Amino acid sequence: MPDAPTPTHDQLYAMYRSMVTMRRFDAVVTELAEADRIPGYAHTYTGSEAIAAGVCAALRPSDWIASTYRNHGHAIGKGVALRAMAAELHGRRTGTAKGKGGSMHISDFGVGMLGAFGIVAAGMPIALGAALSMKMQGRDEVAVAFFGDGAVHQGVFHEAMGLAKLWNAPVLFVCENNQYAEATALDYHLHTETVANMAAGYALPGVRADGMDVVAVYQATLEAVARARAGGGATLLEFVSYRFSGQYEGDKQTYQPADERAAWWAREPLTAFEQAAAERGLDAARLERIRADADAEVAAAFAAAEQDPWPEPDELYDDVYVSYEGGLR
Amino acid sequence: MSERLLTIRDAINEALVQAMEADPTVFLMGEDVAGGAGRDDRGGLDAWGGPFGVTRGLATRFGRERVLDTTIAEAGFFGAAVGAAMTGMRPVVELMYVDFAGVAYDQMLNQAAKVRYMFGGTQKVPMVMRTVVGGGFRAAAEHSQTLYSIFAHIPGLKTVAPTTAADAKGLLLTAIADDDPVVFFEHKRMYMQKSHVPEAPEPIPFGVAAVRREGTDLTIVGVQRGVQFALEAAEALAGEDISVEVIDPRTYTPLDKGTILASVAKTGRLMIVDESYPRASLATDLAAIVADEGFESLKGPIRRVTAPHTPVPFSPPLEDAYLPLPGRIVAEVKRLLGA
Repeated sequence: MPDAPTPTHDQLYAMYRSMVTMRRFDAVVTELAEADRIPGYAHTYTGSEAIAAGVCAALRPSDWIASTYRNHGHAIGKGVALRAMAAELHGRRTGTAKGKGGSMHISDFGVGMLGAFGIVAAGMPIALGAALSMKMQGRDEVAVAFFGDGAVHQGVFHEAMGLAKLWNAPVLFVCENNQYAEATALDYHLHTETVANMAAGYALPGVRADGMDVVAVYQATLEAVARARAGGGATLLEFVSYRFSGQYEGDKQTYQPADERAAWWAREPLTAFEQAAAERGLDAARLERIRADADAEVAAAFAAAEQDPWPEPDELYDDVYVSYEGGLR
Repeated sequence: MSERLLTIRDAINEALVQAMEADPTVFLMGEDVAGGAGRDDRGGLDAWGGPFGVTRGLATRFGRERVLDTTIAEAGFFGAAVGAAMTGMRPVVELMYVDFAGVAYDQMLNQAAKVRYMFGGTQKVPMVMRTVVGGGFRAAAEHSQTLYSIFAHIPGLKTVAPTTAADAKGLLLTAIADDDPVVFFEHKRMYMQKSHVPEAPEPIPFGVAAVRREGTDLTIVGVQRGVQFALEAAEALAGEDISVEVIDPRTYTPLDKGTILASVAKTGRLMIVDESYPRASLATDLAAIVADEGFESLKGPIRRVTAPHTPVPFSPPLEDAYLPLPGRIVAEVKRLLGA
């Protein structure tokens, strides 16, 4: 990416803050899940933080993202309040969805987080629709859909790319290639050499970059966003990473060879960032403070959320419809 | 007031025109809702208006920017409608035949219907899915179904099945203005039926059933074309001194239970006519509601007159035997009344 602008120090510190917050948030999620202190399913994002942080850093607050059940990183990257997220994971009335969605369905319209969908690839056409909507309204916001490498076999992956081309829609399809579709390895299921190559079937640009390097992610995204805003249409972005987390909390990951995990962990994005920090002129003490602040913020969010009120049973009837003649009871 | 007769097809077209004129965020999307895409320079614009011509003329009037011909990718454009609806537009998407629901269903079942609830009421999905249902076209098992129940089953969706031109227009106007996702069923055998339609846009509220014929011996609740079959049967039965009340619920979610229960309280007997499969259907649902909430009114069993639990057949004698035609209804009413 020779022409891509280099992020400023402030931008780099912000991306680091975003990444360490994601890492710490999901570390707490793992602890709580293991201790059976949060209900339901949780899917953590450890090791993929550079993707959410880099993509979101290239967006405006008014741009849209659609996410998946593995959404905590995307939500944090887009600026969803940690306290409301933590409360949602705890099933409390103060959560982003008043306890109706849980970990898999974080959303916050106010910061451009359209929402997280639990069906693989389902967010792709929804982000496409948000992009179409922006175009029809004469606005220059873009929309991003995050999904994993397993999603590329879903019909809507292909349908959304075809329609995005047809409508020249300002949408970014961001594949987090984390090497595993649930418990199935990429080299078993992917028939092309790369995911980015699949864009060629729809005459869209397909761009592949290192998903362990937040700056590479940021620069690749920035270029695709600029193209989309300028009326140049959609891009398929592939960020190569590794799913250090289980498919879900409690997954023993017996399908991931130890040497493979170790080799990828040597490149995990926080360590990579810290190692490159001096070369980029960043202050190690400030990074230390950022880590401490993020840890404290996450801890405070979960501590407070756990004290929040549960929803009343009657609230289960709320928010099914905007209005329903005769009521639901 | 002079009668202004329109077909159901043209009444729907008029509702779309009036809604699009009144609100710039309303747009149409679907397979060949205009038709001729790629051949506008050679007279292709508005070549089809969908296979039944319901949306013909709208692309000429509003431009292809508001009448989007999609690729054959139902899940893709239904998902796009959800995303557009969430972000300020009011898409009206067409599922060419309800039988194609299978390929689009995830976006309706899991996204359109769930967004509001699973995101805690912070968002809304004001979209309308228009779709074509019904047998009687010799169109066989994959182009003839009336899959009302798979949409009525899902909380978060509203379901509407008009039976007159005025209702088609008024209920579609309500559907487009509604802030929830609405599934709007159009029966392909009823498109060309004419009745009076007011020219001005007059929305008809959801959840209000219509009593199509008053009677005292038996209540028939019809589901869309079942209303017409029931009215024909009621007319024939009147000649034999059997008085049938015919109710058209018009919308199924929400459902006007009160009108149905009041009618059953009056007649003491209930039949439901629906050309859908009988198991886990609207007919079964309506029967269960009355059994639950109106049991003490009943003088005898509730009778469902439906299609058999088979796919829709092709051959004319088979399909005629399949549909709950008026002759069958008459026979069933007599059996029920011991007449």
